[in-house]
Amino acid sequence: MRLITHNMLQCHVKGCNTNNFPLELSEIEYELQETEFNPQFLRNFVPKLEWDALVRTAMKLGITTLPDKLPDTPIQEIDEKFLKDLHRVLLETHIQQGRMTCPNCQHVYPIKDGIPNMLLNENEV
Amino acid sequence: MSRPEHLAPPEIAKLLNLPPNTTCYILDIGCGSGLSGEIIEEEGHVWVGMDIAPSMLIEVALECEVEGDLFLQDIGQGMAFRPGTFDGAISISVLQWLCNADHSSHNPKSRLTRFFSTLYSSLRRGARAIFQFYPENDAQCELIMNVAMRCGFEGGLLIDYPNSKKAKKYYLCLFAGSQAGKVEMPKALGEDEREVEDDVDDEPSQVAYSNERIKDRRKNSSKQRRKSVKDKDWVIHKKEVARLRGQNNVPADSKYTARNRKPRF
Repeated sequence: MRLITHNMLQCHVKGCNTNNFPLELSEIEYELQETEFNPQFLRNFVPKLEWDALVRTAMKLGITTLPDKLPDTPIQEIDEKFLKDLHRVLLETHIQQGRMTCPNCQHVYPIKDGIPNMLLNENEV
Repeated sequence: MSRPEHLAPPEIAKLLNLPPNTTCYILDIGCGSGLSGEIIEEEGHVWVGMDIAPSMLIEVALECEVEGDLFLQDIGQGMAFRPGTFDGAISISVLQWLCNADHSSHNPKSRLTRFFSTLYSSLRRGARAIFQFYPENDAQCELIMNVAMRCGFEGGLLIDYPNSKKAKKYYLCLFAGSQAGKVEMPKALGEDEREVEDDVDDEPSQVAYSNERIKDRRKNSSKQRRKSVKDKDWVIHKKEVARLRGQNNVPADSKYTARNRKPRF
């Protein structure tokens, strides 16, 4: 699972509607896989991101290339270097093993072979 | 080979109606072995897939090296995405499974409701969700449509080749809120043929109707037009026979023998 998708994930246990984002990562193994750099896609995607959550998650994995705050410049003028760093974090960082824990209800979603298990128990639906 | 699970219909990408030349973030519901994902990838989009079968996912993830992110998820339990995440969603041959109750705790209607409501919120306003599925009967269609509409979707059912048993395909096209004014439903394939072929064939299929054979027969008949049996030789032979039998009112042979009379009006 790439970090771009992690930034979109929230807990979907029934009744867990507040403070259910971002899912806390722990015991993580990750690897880097190179993919094509697509600045246009990233520019469009930046407004969708929860920046603070992304920075915190990246910190947890030991990635410190991202600035604490989004640059103030309009999206179309964001410089290439920033986008390259973002590309590396969002699209090339693949979480292979680990656990995601909901900060609210403490539900644990295990990640195995890069595939998060999002199945819920019956009483959680 | 008409196994639908082996062929991801390429028209599904067309139905999504994504803005041209932009990379979008697409959800593939019930991605299985990632065939439809490959099509999305070819179009240059980034995708996320989910399926309930772990064996399929692991196979894909380990062997095929797909680009998309995979999730092990029961869609009847809802999606776990933030609002407005996706620019579109596709799903091939999945929706009918939600109508089954495989477990005592499963209630198709509530599972459908949970699915559609969480999907609705995870789509960007104006995004489309296209489902190709195989409903068992009209009641299933109705149930699915009703739930989808109640969850806020607009759109409707699209049936390709409605008169063919084999080529018939159901698409549920849903719009998560419209961008501007009225949204136009995409057109189904194979619907226009109906008027033309209604009297010829009750079951038009994907194979184009051809009347080559009929034409062929006509061509042959005009080429070697059947010769009349009663030609000049035949008439002369008959008269000869009559004379031999001693009939005495047989007309004499001339250049006019066995000729047609000129037309008179």
